[in-house]
Amino acid sequence: MSKFKSKDSKGLPAINTSSLPDIVFMLLFFFMVTTVMKETSLQVQVQVPFASEVKKIEKKSLVSYIYIGKPMTQIVALYGTEPMIQLNDKLINDEGIPTESIKDFVLAEREKLDESEKNKMMVSLRIDQGIHMGKVSDVKQALRYANALKINYSAKRDYDNVPVN
Amino acid sequence: MEFPINGNSFKYNRMARRDTPEINAGSMADIAFLLLIFFLVTTTMDVDTGISRLLPPIPEEEQDTEVDVKERNVLVVLINRDDQLMVSGEVMGLQELKIKTIEFFSNPTNSEILPEMIDLDVDFPPGLSSRFPDGHGTFPVSKGVVSLQNDRSTTYGRYLQVQDILVSAVNGLRVQFAMEYFGRDYNELNPINFVDDEIIKGINTVYKMNISEAEPKNIGGN
Repeated sequence: MSKFKSKDSKGLPAINTSSLPDIVFMLLFFFMVTTVMKETSLQVQVQVPFASEVKKIEKKSLVSYIYIGKPMTQIVALYGTEPMIQLNDKLINDEGIPTESIKDFVLAEREKLDESEKNKMMVSLRIDQGIHMGKVSDVKQALRYANALKINYSAKRDYDNVPVN
Repeated sequence: MEFPINGNSFKYNRMARRDTPEINAGSMADIAFLLLIFFLVTTTMDVDTGISRLLPPIPEEEQDTEVDVKERNVLVVLINRDDQLMVSGEVMGLQELKIKTIEFFSNPTNSEILPEMIDLDVDFPPGLSSRFPDGHGTFPVSKGVVSLQNDRSTTYGRYLQVQDILVSAVNGLRVQFAMEYFGRDYNELNPINFVDDEIIKGINTVYKMNISEAEPKNIGGN
Protein backbone atom coordinates (compact mmCIF):
# COMPACT_ATOMS: atom_id res chain seq x y z
CA MET A 1 0.00 0.00 0.00
CA SER A 2 2.59 2.44 1.05
CA LYS A 3 4.44 1.78 -2.15
CA PHE A 4 1.58 3.06 -4.28
CA LYS A 5 0.93 5.98 -2.02
CA SER A 6 4.43 7.25 -2.22
CA LYS A 7 4.25 7.22 -5.99
CA ASP A 8 1.05 9.19 -6.02
CA SER A 9 2.36 11.83 -3.80
CA LYS A 10 5.30 12.58 -6.08
CA GLY A 11 3.17 14.27 -8.77
CA LEU A 12 4.03 14.36 -12.47
CA PRO A 13 7.74 14.27 -13.19
CA ALA A 14 8.98 17.11 -15.40
CA ILE A 15 9.30 16.13 -19.05
CA ASN A 16 12.85 16.25 -20.23
CA THR A 17 12.99 18.88 -22.95
CA SER A 18 16.71 18.90 -23.50
CA SER A 19 16.36 17.17 -26.89
CA LEU A 20 13.80 19.70 -28.11
CA PRO A 21 16.39 21.99 -29.74
CA ASP A 22 17.81 19.00 -31.58
CA ILE A 23 14.46 18.06 -33.00
CA VAL A 24 13.69 21.63 -33.95
CA PHE A 25 17.09 22.04 -35.58
CA MET A 26 16.54 18.89 -37.59
CA LEU A 27 13.26 20.27 -38.90
CA LEU A 28 14.88 23.62 -39.50
CA PHE A 29 17.66 22.11 -41.61
CA PHE A 30 15.13 20.09 -43.58
CA PHE A 31 13.23 23.21 -44.51
CA MET A 32 16.37 25.20 -45.16
CA VAL A 33 17.59 22.59 -47.59
CA THR A 34 14.29 22.11 -49.39
CA THR A 35 13.38 25.78 -49.59
CA VAL A 36 13.73 27.51 -52.91
CA MET A 37 13.44 31.23 -52.57
CA LYS A 38 11.19 32.86 -55.10
CA GLU A 39 13.42 34.89 -57.35
CA THR A 40 10.73 36.41 -59.48
CA SER A 41 7.79 38.43 -58.39
CA LEU A 42 4.77 38.01 -60.58
CA GLN A 43 3.39 41.13 -62.11
CA VAL A 44 0.70 39.43 -64.12
CA GLN A 45 -2.14 37.25 -62.89
CA VAL A 46 -1.62 33.69 -63.97
CA GLN A 47 -3.99 30.85 -63.27
CA VAL A 48 -2.55 27.92 -65.18
CA PRO A 49 -4.98 25.33 -66.52
CA PHE A 50 -5.43 21.83 -65.18
CA ALA A 51 -4.35 18.80 -67.16
CA SER A 52 -4.14 15.09 -66.46
CA GLU A 53 -1.03 14.20 -68.45
CA VAL A 54 1.43 16.58 -66.85
CA LYS A 55 5.04 15.66 -66.16
CA LYS A 56 7.44 17.10 -63.64
CA ILE A 57 10.17 19.40 -64.92
CA GLU A 58 13.38 17.73 -63.83
CA LYS A 59 16.15 20.31 -64.02
CA LYS A 60 14.93 23.69 -62.98
CA SER A 61 18.25 25.37 -63.70
CA LEU A 62 17.64 24.89 -67.42
CA VAL A 63 14.24 26.51 -67.34
CA SER A 64 13.31 30.08 -68.13
CA TYR A 65 9.84 31.35 -67.56
CA ILE A 66 7.46 33.32 -69.68
CA TYR A 67 4.28 34.49 -68.01
CA ILE A 68 1.25 35.77 -69.86
CA GLY A 69 -1.73 37.22 -68.09
CA LYS A 70 -3.60 40.34 -67.15
CA PRO A 71 -1.58 42.82 -65.07
CA MET A 72 -1.93 42.56 -61.31
CA THR A 73 -4.44 44.94 -59.81
CA GLN A 74 -1.69 47.11 -58.29
CA ILE A 75 -0.26 47.98 -61.69
CA VAL A 76 -3.47 48.24 -63.69
CA ALA A 77 -3.24 52.02 -63.44
CA LEU A 78 0.10 51.89 -65.21
CA TYR A 79 -0.50 49.29 -67.86
CA GLY A 80 -4.24 48.88 -68.26
CA THR A 81 -6.03 45.55 -68.27
CA GLU A 82 -4.84 44.08 -71.55
CA PRO A 83 -2.88 40.83 -71.14
CA MET A 84 0.86 41.33 -70.88
CA ILE A 85 3.96 39.21 -71.16
CA GLN A 86 6.49 38.87 -68.38
CA LEU A 87 9.89 37.33 -69.09
CA ASN A 88 11.31 35.89 -65.86
CA ASP A 89 10.90 39.05 -63.80
CA LYS A 90 10.78 41.67 -66.51
CA LEU A 91 7.47 42.94 -67.79
CA ILE A 92 7.63 43.80 -71.44
CA ASN A 93 5.91 46.92 -72.39
CA ASP A 94 5.93 47.08 -76.15
CA GLU A 95 2.82 46.92 -78.20
CA GLY A 96 2.13 44.21 -80.71
CA ILE A 97 4.32 41.22 -81.41
CA PRO A 98 7.14 40.75 -78.91
CA THR A 99 9.54 38.92 -81.23
CA GLU A 100 12.59 41.08 -80.52
CA SER A 101 12.23 41.15 -76.73
CA ILE A 102 11.80 37.39 -76.61
CA LYS A 103 14.78 36.83 -78.87
CA ASP A 104 16.97 38.98 -76.61
CA PHE A 105 15.58 37.23 -73.56
CA VAL A 106 16.30 33.77 -74.94
CA LEU A 107 19.82 34.75 -75.95
CA ALA A 108 20.53 36.20 -72.50
CA GLU A 109 19.14 33.15 -70.75
CA ARG A 110 21.04 30.76 -72.97
CA GLU A 111 24.24 32.68 -72.26
CA LYS A 112 23.84 31.90 -68.55
CA LEU A 113 23.95 28.16 -69.11
CA ASP A 114 26.97 25.91 -69.38
CA GLU A 115 28.27 25.22 -72.85
CA SER A 116 27.18 21.60 -72.63
CA GLU A 117 23.68 22.47 -71.55
CA LYS A 118 22.91 25.22 -74.01
CA ASN A 119 20.87 23.00 -76.27
CA LYS A 120 18.89 21.60 -73.36
CA MET A 121 17.39 24.93 -72.45
CA MET A 122 13.69 24.86 -71.86
CA VAL A 123 11.13 27.62 -71.76
CA SER A 124 8.19 27.13 -69.45
CA LEU A 125 5.08 28.96 -70.56
CA ARG A 126 2.95 29.89 -67.61
CA ILE A 127 -0.13 31.23 -69.28
CA ASP A 128 -3.43 32.14 -67.77
CA GLN A 129 -6.18 29.84 -68.97
CA GLY A 130 -8.34 32.72 -70.16
CA ILE A 131 -5.74 34.21 -72.52
CA HIS A 132 -6.55 34.13 -76.21
CA MET A 133 -4.41 31.91 -78.39
CA GLY A 134 -3.42 34.81 -80.65
CA LYS A 135 -1.01 36.12 -78.05
CA VAL A 136 0.24 32.61 -77.28
CA SER A 137 0.85 31.92 -80.97
CA ASP A 138 2.86 35.14 -81.26
CA VAL A 139 5.07 34.04 -78.38
CA LYS A 140 5.46 30.56 -79.85
CA GLN A 141 6.43 32.03 -83.21
CA ALA A 142 8.94 34.30 -81.48
CA LEU A 143 10.41 31.31 -79.66
CA ARG A 144 10.76 29.48 -82.95
CA TYR A 145 12.63 32.45 -84.40
CA ALA A 146 14.84 32.53 -81.30
CA ASN A 147 15.46 28.82 -81.78
CA ALA A 148 14.19 27.94 -78.31
CA LEU A 149 12.20 24.93 -79.36
CA LYS A 150 11.83 23.03 -76.11
CA ILE A 151 8.80 24.40 -74.38
CA ASN A 152 6.58 23.32 -71.57
CA TYR A 153 2.97 24.35 -71.16
CA SER A 154 2.74 24.77 -67.43
CA ALA A 155 -0.31 23.08 -65.98
CA LYS A 156 -1.43 21.78 -62.63
CA ARG A 157 -2.01 18.09 -62.19
CA ASP A 158 -5.61 17.11 -62.14
CA TYR A 159 -6.20 13.53 -61.09
CA ASP A 160 -9.89 12.86 -61.32
CA ASN A 161 -11.53 15.99 -62.59
CA VAL A 162 -11.70 14.93 -66.22
CA PRO A 163 -13.26 17.58 -68.42
CA VAL A 164 -16.56 16.46 -69.82
CA ASN A 165 -16.78 18.47 -72.97
CA MET B 1 51.04 36.98 4.81
CA GLU B 2 50.88 38.17 1.31
CA PHE B 3 48.47 40.81 0.27
CA PRO B 4 47.83 41.98 -3.19
CA ILE B 5 49.31 45.38 -3.76
CA ASN B 6 46.22 46.71 -5.28
CA GLY B 7 42.69 45.44 -5.63
CA ASN B 8 42.84 45.12 -9.37
CA SER B 9 45.45 42.45 -9.63
CA PHE B 10 43.61 40.46 -7.05
CA LYS B 11 40.48 40.62 -9.14
CA TYR B 12 42.26 39.49 -12.31
CA ASN B 13 43.85 36.58 -10.59
CA ARG B 14 40.56 35.38 -9.35
CA MET B 15 39.01 35.69 -12.81
CA ALA B 16 41.74 33.67 -14.45
CA ARG B 17 41.30 30.84 -12.06
CA ARG B 18 37.60 30.62 -12.51
CA ASP B 19 36.16 28.19 -15.09
CA THR B 20 34.33 29.71 -18.04
CA PRO B 21 30.70 29.82 -17.12
CA GLU B 22 28.35 27.54 -19.06
CA ILE B 23 26.42 29.28 -21.81
CA ASN B 24 22.76 29.21 -21.16
CA ALA B 25 21.24 27.17 -23.98
CA GLY B 26 17.69 27.52 -22.83
CA SER B 27 16.82 30.08 -25.50
CA MET B 28 18.37 27.97 -28.26
CA ALA B 29 15.06 26.25 -28.83
CA ASP B 30 13.29 29.60 -29.14
CA ILE B 31 15.74 30.86 -31.74
CA ALA B 32 15.52 27.62 -33.69
CA PHE B 33 11.75 27.76 -33.56
CA LEU B 34 11.77 31.28 -34.89
CA LEU B 35 13.94 30.28 -37.85
CA LEU B 36 11.86 27.17 -38.40
CA ILE B 37 8.67 29.17 -38.58
CA PHE B 38 10.27 31.63 -40.97
CA PHE B 39 11.23 28.83 -43.36
CA LEU B 40 7.89 27.10 -42.94
CA VAL B 41 6.12 30.26 -43.99
CA THR B 42 8.38 31.12 -46.92
CA THR B 43 8.64 27.60 -48.34
CA THR B 44 6.62 26.84 -51.40
CA MET B 45 6.58 23.15 -52.06
CA ASP B 46 5.02 23.34 -55.51
CA VAL B 47 6.81 21.43 -58.21
CA ASP B 48 6.78 22.61 -61.76
CA THR B 49 4.54 20.44 -63.84
CA GLY B 50 3.35 20.77 -67.38
CA ILE B 51 3.09 19.30 -70.83
CA SER B 52 6.34 19.38 -72.77
CA ARG B 53 6.40 20.03 -76.48
CA LEU B 54 9.00 20.51 -79.15
CA LEU B 55 8.29 23.37 -81.52
CA PRO B 56 9.13 22.82 -85.17
CA PRO B 57 12.15 24.84 -86.27
CA ILE B 58 11.67 27.69 -88.70
CA PRO B 59 12.41 26.39 -92.21
CA GLU B 60 15.86 27.54 -93.33
CA GLU B 61 14.78 29.18 -96.53
CA GLU B 62 11.49 29.84 -98.18
CA GLN B 63 10.87 26.53 -99.74
CA ASP B 64 7.92 24.57 -100.80
CA THR B 65 7.47 22.48 -97.71
CA GLU B 66 4.08 21.25 -98.79
CA VAL B 67 4.28 17.55 -98.20
CA ASP B 68 1.68 15.39 -99.78
CA VAL B 69 -0.13 13.61 -97.01
CA LYS B 70 -3.00 11.34 -97.85
CA GLU B 71 -6.30 12.48 -96.51
CA ARG B 72 -6.83 9.29 -94.56
CA ASN B 73 -3.61 9.95 -92.64
CA VAL B 74 -4.71 13.27 -91.22
CA LEU B 75 -7.07 13.95 -88.36
CA VAL B 76 -8.02 17.58 -88.52
CA VAL B 77 -8.91 19.09 -85.17
CA LEU B 78 -10.24 22.63 -85.28
CA ILE B 79 -11.02 24.81 -82.29
CA ASN B 80 -13.04 27.88 -83.11
CA ARG B 81 -13.22 31.19 -81.31
CA ASP B 82 -16.10 29.97 -79.16
CA ASP B 83 -13.96 27.05 -78.01
CA GLN B 84 -16.00 24.51 -79.94
CA LEU B 85 -14.30 21.47 -81.38
CA MET B 86 -14.61 20.16 -84.87
CA VAL B 87 -12.90 16.89 -85.67
CA SER B 88 -12.73 15.87 -89.34
CA GLY B 89 -15.92 17.68 -90.12
CA GLU B 90 -17.97 16.80 -87.06
CA VAL B 91 -18.64 18.85 -83.96
CA MET B 92 -17.43 16.87 -80.98
CA GLY B 93 -16.77 16.88 -77.26
CA LEU B 94 -13.45 16.09 -75.63
CA GLN B 95 -14.26 12.50 -74.70
CA GLU B 96 -15.38 11.71 -78.24
CA LEU B 97 -12.15 13.25 -79.48
CA LYS B 98 -10.20 10.93 -77.21
CA ILE B 99 -11.97 7.84 -78.53
CA LYS B 100 -11.53 9.07 -82.07
CA THR B 101 -7.83 9.73 -81.55
CA ILE B 102 -7.20 6.29 -80.07
CA GLU B 103 -9.00 4.73 -83.01
CA PHE B 104 -7.10 6.96 -85.39
CA PHE B 105 -3.67 5.99 -84.09
CA SER B 106 -4.32 2.28 -83.64
CA ASN B 107 -6.59 1.51 -86.59
CA PRO B 108 -7.72 -1.78 -85.04
CA THR B 109 -9.87 -2.90 -87.95
CA ASN B 110 -7.42 -2.01 -90.72
CA SER B 111 -10.00 0.34 -92.05
CA GLU B 112 -9.61 2.10 -95.39
CA ILE B 113 -10.60 5.44 -93.88
CA LEU B 114 -8.17 5.33 -90.96
CA PRO B 115 -4.41 5.91 -91.41
CA GLU B 116 -2.12 3.46 -93.12
CA MET B 117 -0.16 1.15 -90.86
CA ILE B 118 3.41 0.38 -91.83
CA ASP B 119 5.28 -2.57 -90.37
CA LEU B 120 8.37 -1.37 -88.60
CA ASP B 121 11.15 -3.27 -86.84
CA VAL B 122 11.60 -2.06 -83.30
CA ASP B 123 14.38 -3.21 -80.99
CA PHE B 124 13.73 -3.82 -77.33
CA PRO B 125 16.15 -5.18 -74.75
CA PRO B 126 16.17 -8.97 -75.23
CA GLY B 127 14.62 -11.41 -72.84
CA LEU B 128 11.90 -9.22 -71.48
CA SER B 129 8.90 -10.39 -73.39
CA SER B 130 7.82 -13.90 -74.25
CA ARG B 131 6.39 -12.65 -77.52
CA PHE B 132 9.79 -11.66 -78.90
CA PRO B 133 12.53 -13.16 -76.71
CA ASP B 134 15.41 -11.74 -78.77
CA GLY B 135 14.04 -8.22 -78.50
CA HIS B 136 13.30 -7.74 -82.17
CA GLY B 137 9.69 -7.18 -82.96
CA THR B 138 7.75 -6.00 -85.96
CA PHE B 139 4.84 -3.76 -85.20
CA PRO B 140 2.37 -1.83 -87.28
CA VAL B 141 3.16 1.86 -86.91
CA SER B 142 0.60 4.45 -87.86
CA LYS B 143 1.36 7.10 -90.42
CA GLY B 144 -1.33 9.28 -88.93
CA VAL B 145 -0.84 12.92 -88.06
CA VAL B 146 -3.15 15.03 -85.95
CA SER B 147 -3.42 18.49 -87.39
CA LEU B 148 -4.38 20.92 -84.67
CA GLN B 149 -5.62 24.32 -85.69
CA ASN B 150 -7.01 27.05 -83.54
CA ASP B 151 -8.37 30.52 -83.89
CA ARG B 152 -6.62 33.55 -82.47
CA SER B 153 -9.55 33.98 -80.09
CA THR B 154 -9.56 30.43 -78.80
CA THR B 155 -8.79 30.46 -75.10
CA TYR B 156 -5.53 28.94 -73.96
CA GLY B 157 -7.35 26.81 -71.39
CA ARG B 158 -9.32 25.09 -74.11
CA TYR B 159 -6.28 24.65 -76.30
CA LEU B 160 -4.41 22.92 -73.49
CA GLN B 161 -7.40 20.71 -72.74
CA VAL B 162 -7.31 19.47 -76.31
CA GLN B 163 -3.54 18.97 -76.18
CA ASP B 164 -4.01 17.08 -72.94
CA ILE B 165 -6.66 14.82 -74.46
CA LEU B 166 -4.44 14.05 -77.44
CA VAL B 167 -1.55 13.20 -75.14
CA SER B 168 -3.74 11.06 -72.93
CA ALA B 169 -5.07 9.16 -75.97
CA VAL B 170 -1.58 8.26 -77.15
CA ASN B 171 -0.48 7.53 -73.59
CA GLY B 172 -3.42 5.17 -73.25
CA LEU B 173 -2.17 3.19 -76.24
CA ARG B 174 1.34 3.13 -74.83
CA VAL B 175 0.11 1.89 -71.47
CA GLN B 176 -1.83 -0.85 -73.20
CA PHE B 177 1.21 -1.86 -75.24
CA ALA B 178 3.53 -1.97 -72.22
CA MET B 179 1.04 -4.09 -70.31
CA GLU B 180 0.41 -6.47 -73.17
CA TYR B 181 4.03 -7.15 -74.11
CA PHE B 182 6.02 -6.49 -70.97
CA GLY B 183 3.49 -6.74 -68.18
CA ARG B 184 4.67 -3.35 -66.98
CA ASP B 185 2.91 -0.12 -66.24
CA TYR B 186 4.13 2.44 -68.78
CA ASN B 187 3.83 5.29 -66.31
CA GLU B 188 5.98 3.43 -63.77
CA LEU B 189 8.89 2.97 -66.17
CA ASN B 190 11.85 4.99 -65.01
CA PRO B 191 13.93 6.68 -67.73
CA ILE B 192 16.98 6.74 -65.45
CA ASN B 193 17.04 2.95 -65.55
CA PHE B 194 18.74 1.88 -68.78
CA VAL B 195 16.44 -1.05 -69.59
CA ASP B 196 13.31 0.93 -68.81
CA ASP B 197 14.57 3.76 -70.97
CA GLU B 198 15.03 1.38 -73.90
CA ILE B 199 11.48 0.11 -73.42
CA ILE B 200 10.13 3.66 -73.32
CA LYS B 201 12.02 4.58 -76.48
CA GLY B 202 10.74 1.47 -78.23
CA ILE B 203 7.14 2.07 -77.25
CA ASN B 204 7.37 5.71 -78.22
CA THR B 205 8.53 4.61 -81.67
CA VAL B 206 5.55 2.32 -82.04
CA TYR B 207 3.09 4.96 -80.87
CA LYS B 208 4.43 8.29 -81.95
CA MET B 209 2.87 11.55 -80.86
CA ASN B 210 2.36 13.13 -84.22
CA ILE B 211 0.76 16.48 -83.68
CA SER B 212 1.21 19.12 -86.30
CA GLU B 213 0.19 22.66 -85.62
CA ALA B 214 -0.65 24.87 -88.51
CA GLU B 215 0.91 28.27 -88.83
CA PRO B 216 -1.35 30.62 -86.92
CA LYS B 217 -4.35 31.94 -88.82
CA ASN B 218 -7.89 33.02 -88.26
CA ILE B 219 -10.59 30.43 -88.42
CA GLY B 220 -14.19 31.47 -88.49
CA GLY B 221 -13.80 35.21 -88.63
CA ASN B 222 -12.63 37.55 -85.97
